[in-house]
Amino acid sequence: MALGLSVIFGMLRIVNFAHGAMFMLGAFVAYYGLALFHLPFYAALVVAPLVVGGFGWLVEVLFLRRLYGLDPLYGLLFTFALVLIIEDAMRLAAGALGSPYPSPPGLDYTFSLFAAPFPAYRMFVIGVAIVVCIVVWYVLERTPVGARIRAATEAPVLVRALGIDTQRLVSLTFAAGVALAALGGVLAAPNQNVEPAMGDKIIINTFAIVVIGGLGSIGGSVVTGFALGLLQTLGAVIFPAFNDTLIFLLMIIVLLIRPSGLFGTAAAAK
Amino acid sequence: MTTALLGSRRGAIVAGVLLLVALVLPKLVYPVLAIDIVAYALFAVAFDLLLGFTGLLSFGHAMFWGGAAYVSTILMAKLHVSFPLAVLAAIAYAALLALVVGAIAIRRQGIYFAMITLALAQLQYFFAYQLGNWTGGENGVQLNGRGTLFGLGLENDVAFYYAVLAVAALGTYLVVRMVRSPFGAVLGAMRENEQRAIALGYRVDRYKLIAFVMSGTLAGVAGVLFAIGNRLSGLDGVDWHTSGKVVMMSILGGIGTVFGPIAGAGIFESLDFFVSKTAIGDKTNIVMGTIFALCVLLFRRGIVGELLALRGTKRAKT
Repeated sequence: MALGLSVIFGMLRIVNFAHGAMFMLGAFVAYYGLALFHLPFYAALVVAPLVVGGFGWLVEVLFLRRLYGLDPLYGLLFTFALVLIIEDAMRLAAGALGSPYPSPPGLDYTFSLFAAPFPAYRMFVIGVAIVVCIVVWYVLERTPVGARIRAATEAPVLVRALGIDTQRLVSLTFAAGVALAALGGVLAAPNQNVEPAMGDKIIINTFAIVVIGGLGSIGGSVVTGFALGLLQTLGAVIFPAFNDTLIFLLMIIVLLIRPSGLFGTAAAAK
Repeated sequence: MTTALLGSRRGAIVAGVLLLVALVLPKLVYPVLAIDIVAYALFAVAFDLLLGFTGLLSFGHAMFWGGAAYVSTILMAKLHVSFPLAVLAAIAYAALLALVVGAIAIRRQGIYFAMITLALAQLQYFFAYQLGNWTGGENGVQLNGRGTLFGLGLENDVAFYYAVLAVAALGTYLVVRMVRSPFGAVLGAMRENEQRAIALGYRVDRYKLIAFVMSGTLAGVAGVLFAIGNRLSGLDGVDWHTSGKVVMMSILGGIGTVFGPIAGAGIFESLDFFVSKTAIGDKTNIVMGTIFALCVLLFRRGIVGELLALRGTKRAKT
């Protein structure tokens, strides 16, 4: 789920290292929701993003806000510290080993696609991803809130002068990006073990996506994130052994040919 | 320039104190922990050459540290190569890797640079993971002994510690000489204002690449010392948490200073060790992460940087 990361970076110029941790938290909310309150999977899809998004909002208001205006590297470093804290806190609370999360009812069968068995749940994930992409794009490009967010990133001073509370917009955007990560976590829960380290791999992949897509253009990052997500989902089925390295090789190639990324502009690369 | 510490008499005093601490360190803590501290100190100094003096944040430095560690231990354990040859090969590997990675990464700056180095380090991580026959996968590569150097055994931890210390001191001295040289001045100029450095006719990419290779090679040296000191190399050496660890050490100590990262590494490693003895066990990252978060929020100059600022010497770069 590179989408949330792209939204946060594109809008706020913060690289959220903790994105993977938020992803993991989302999965854990779903897991504990099921274990303690019998929260069904489909409800978790809504609850977990809300809970984790709220947490993200707190983080933004309490800490990240102090780092704006400094080199964006400090945002990255702070969120890295956050990863360490959250991961080890969860390890302390839940143990290092993962717990399986049952497949949601109605989607635990496979069908054949291009002569290869393809789990229905993966299809569901792809479907949800498409819907989320469209919703994010729509909110950002076609609604008044989206227009304000875009304006606030391009000319924050001017937007503030027009009487719009940019701080609140920023918090909101950050929380929304984090909520997307949590949604990704819930979606991933039935595919893999719910464990404290599950966010690690995802964050590296999203960074690669970010480099490939080239940020600065919202549409570009959404398209790239989604295309690569699809590529990886398919890749996991077709050649699992090389799936992990595929994306990095792609990244290197893109860097050599187009240093500013596929959809990035030269100015955004600086 | 922020290297005020180095030339002054005060700098000599600080260096003397650090050396004194280093000399008695095996008496204060376990010798192997002392080896770890000194190896990490060299790693942090190498890293700071890039972040503090050149202004490039690499988030993948574990690839040199852990990669060189793998090469040396694999050569010694599986191919029975002698200690000095294995070490030289490992350092050559780190240098070559740094050349390739540097050539790719310096095409971008700032956050992108950090992310590219991170991604490339992860690429090596996945290779190390896949090549379990050689790297031992999760178990790592274990050495039966440290081997011999010029006919001298290296098994005594205290003796090996002093060998490590000598190498680390040499490496640090090299970095000090480098940042004080005209070459170091160009690096500083690039960090402060890259456009102007270009306008002055410096080929910044070449300078960046040299700095990157130097830094990566020294990180490799440190990684080899660490691995052979512990008689073990493993996946956690190439993991991105290790890259993060060296970032934390450098920033905790104070970037843009030579002695900051050394102090940072010492404080970090010993704190980490003592926290691991408390009730939370190996979840030390809760504490280390919190300290680092506070460091980023409140005192970005790091410990040595803040001390410098307090004493009214030249302002350290935050």
